[in-house]
Amino acid sequence: MRYAETGFNLEVDLTRGNIEKKATDPRETELYLGGLGTNAKILWDRVGPEVTPFSPENLLIFSAGLLCGTPATGCNRTIVSTISPQTELMAFSMMGGFWAPELKYAGYDKVVLRGKSEKLVYLWIHNDTVEIRDASHLAGKGAVETAEQIRQELDQPKAQVAAIGLAGENRVYYASVEQGRSSASRGGIGAVMGDKRVKAIAVRGTKDINLAKPEEFLSLCNEVLAYIKHREDNPIKGVMPILAGLGSPQEMKVHDEKWHTENFMWGNSRTRRKGFWNDDIEKQWTDTLEGARTRLISCFNCPMKCGATISMPGLPTYMMKCFTKLTYTMAAYSDLDFGLRIAQKATEYGLDGFSTPQVMAFALELLEAGILSKDDFPGLPESNEDRFYYLLDMIVKREGIGDVLAKGTYWAAQEIGNGAEEYAHNTIKKHEQLPLKLSMLNPIYFLMYSIGEKINITQIEGQFPQAPFPKREHREKFCEDWIQVPHEKFKQYFIDWELRGENSIPYYPTVDMTCDIVEWQEMMHYIDDALGQCAGLSSFPLKPPYHIHNYPKFISAGAGIEMDEEKLTRAAKRYRTLVRAVNIRRGMRRKDEKPPEDHWKKRFPELEEKLLDAYYKLKGWNEEGIPTKEALEKMDLGYVADDFIQRGILTDEETADKQKETQTQ
Amino acid sequence: MASKEKEKKIIKTIKIDVDKCNGCRACEVICSSFHASPKYSSNNPARSRIRIIREPLRDIYVPVYAGEYTMAECAGRDKYTIDGKEYDECSFCRASCPSREEFKEPDSGLPLKCDMCEGEDEPLCVKWCLVDALTLEEREEEVEEQEEMEDLEIGLESLADKYGMQTIMDTLARMSTDDKSK
Repeated sequence: MRYAETGFNLEVDLTRGNIEKKATDPRETELYLGGLGTNAKILWDRVGPEVTPFSPENLLIFSAGLLCGTPATGCNRTIVSTISPQTELMAFSMMGGFWAPELKYAGYDKVVLRGKSEKLVYLWIHNDTVEIRDASHLAGKGAVETAEQIRQELDQPKAQVAAIGLAGENRVYYASVEQGRSSASRGGIGAVMGDKRVKAIAVRGTKDINLAKPEEFLSLCNEVLAYIKHREDNPIKGVMPILAGLGSPQEMKVHDEKWHTENFMWGNSRTRRKGFWNDDIEKQWTDTLEGARTRLISCFNCPMKCGATISMPGLPTYMMKCFTKLTYTMAAYSDLDFGLRIAQKATEYGLDGFSTPQVMAFALELLEAGILSKDDFPGLPESNEDRFYYLLDMIVKREGIGDVLAKGTYWAAQEIGNGAEEYAHNTIKKHEQLPLKLSMLNPIYFLMYSIGEKINITQIEGQFPQAPFPKREHREKFCEDWIQVPHEKFKQYFIDWELRGENSIPYYPTVDMTCDIVEWQEMMHYIDDALGQCAGLSSFPLKPPYHIHNYPKFISAGAGIEMDEEKLTRAAKRYRTLVRAVNIRRGMRRKDEKPPEDHWKKRFPELEEKLLDAYYKLKGWNEEGIPTKEALEKMDLGYVADDFIQRGILTDEETADKQKETQTQ
Repeated sequence: MASKEKEKKIIKTIKIDVDKCNGCRACEVICSSFHASPKYSSNNPARSRIRIIREPLRDIYVPVYAGEYTMAECAGRDKYTIDGKEYDECSFCRASCPSREEFKEPDSGLPLKCDMCEGEDEPLCVKWCLVDALTLEEREEEVEEQEEMEDLEIGLESLADKYGMQTIMDTLARMSTDDKSK
């Protein structure tokens, strides 16, 4: 018997209309756990570097995490992996909600889509019955609307539906997959789904998920619940309120937005508005949110209320979470009322809440700079707000300049030329980032921005405080009950970290300390993404209930795989390396590993090179960021090394063929 | 006076505050897990004895507990309109009955009923509801004594309703003959 996982994937060939239930190899689970780990293995095995995002050979994998569907609190994530049209690298965006557990209860760990359907279809998975159904009547419908309609026409109110809107259908490079209160937004996976002509995947399951050691597993769950209560009662002192508790930043709950509005950039990630927040604005925005928000809501089996139902007067109800609350508002220099209204439309269209507003602000900047002209925007309205609605429609319908903007700031700038590249200034690996511009380089963040392959800072940061507390005694106090650290040395790193002087950024934490901190933070995200655990109870907040010390027990008791900290660390490192291997094979190199040029005003090129060198070395990568043969073999990834050598990516001497690389560029 | 005292009982009830429900279904998870055999060995909300009626876009979150099995469906099934949406009366009913699939084991069709997690300090749905939509309340009430049906009896009764008592008895007779001949 398989525990925690079902042991079956659904393989769907959309070109031929063929559906197969395929047993998986338990040895793969032991090596790569599940979720992201096994997704990476499938992409490595089956999607070569020659496969472009919109070719039928690209796979689109919807995977439940290894522990989804068990009683582990907050373990509900669907990890969606494919080759991204935006970065042309592996995308592994995720969503919470209710879809992954339902898939498990239907009897599957993953849905692997390949090929392309001729007409628009949706997939209906109901335990052992799986159908590809016509979706032509759903063409152009909103993502939320589609989910409702599918539930109605199937007469299955309990079915969970992941759907794309018009943006996905029209292959907008930053189209999302929407699912109730959650969405898998980054990397343009909605565009790949649209390219495959799949409007939605609906699932309903009524089967059991088994546990290997039931009593032990439940007592671990109860410990987690008790710790969540403890953390709710004891918010962390000395950090801003949204970082003091657990969960995603509680954007739907808080009204005080002084910090975001005055520290994050407005427009196309350009302008910092110090002194923006005042009593009048606070009152106005509080009224807006109070009036719109009907309830704070959660994902499957989780007490954290990170999302909300939003009903703006005159608009259909939708659900929102986290920072999309402010992205449209700030990109358009507008107010919260506008932000919540346009987000309703963008959610139905199925768009990423980070990239979309930035692309629109970028377009208006190009107009202002004379790089684009009035003729590019026929019928452009006067007000900023109306312009955003206008651009949103142009992009999603891919009309006129919208067709170019639909590719994101990087590709649009390449196509527009004439200096437009300067305005696509806030990307990493061609992907738009948080609108944040800072002064002094922070070595930890430099490294996370540079080497992160999820290409979003929130998907690698966490665990370690973002800044030191001013007083040593406070730092010592913080360390007293810091049980999550993998090693005691992290406490000393933090205690000795000062705001000013010798032990402050950018030279403290030292290069080696920085590498340790980044590796720990990154590892926890990778473990979450394999298990299906929401980062909000694990890798993202300070002092979370899940950590490296209890995770091995969860895996042993849940999945019946013998696990300890060392083995789990090795497994996480293994599939983390496999993600890199997929990307290396697609051409990613050291030159791509850098934050936006203007992210910090004060940069330290020499230190930055040292940081990259040291991190690469720690991970067993050569100076180009390519995993070495020796390191690969140590991680049971000898097949990757063979492939690299065969392709000339590595030579037998284990060094990157640097010269060849430069020539091909 | 003394005889009246005897009829008083501590009644455990679960207080449901729908305004506090966040719709996460942790109650369904732990319920199905607790009632698995062996305990906690599997998890499947479809076997849960509590279910959340969820309509997120209409802001409807109503936890409903499985009550007694009833052998016949109701004669009149009225309609309710709440916030512009029409509901069948059955939507909010606690009973497992022949007219619908709610509160029955998904494979065998046997009826499910909340037993307040016998043997635990409190029902586990209450323990796992950190948002306090479900809380335990104990109150003293005067009640008429009634004999509780055993699990087996509940199951048999529902089978009898479905197939008729004669069929059940015939089947039992056949099964016991088969058993002897082995």
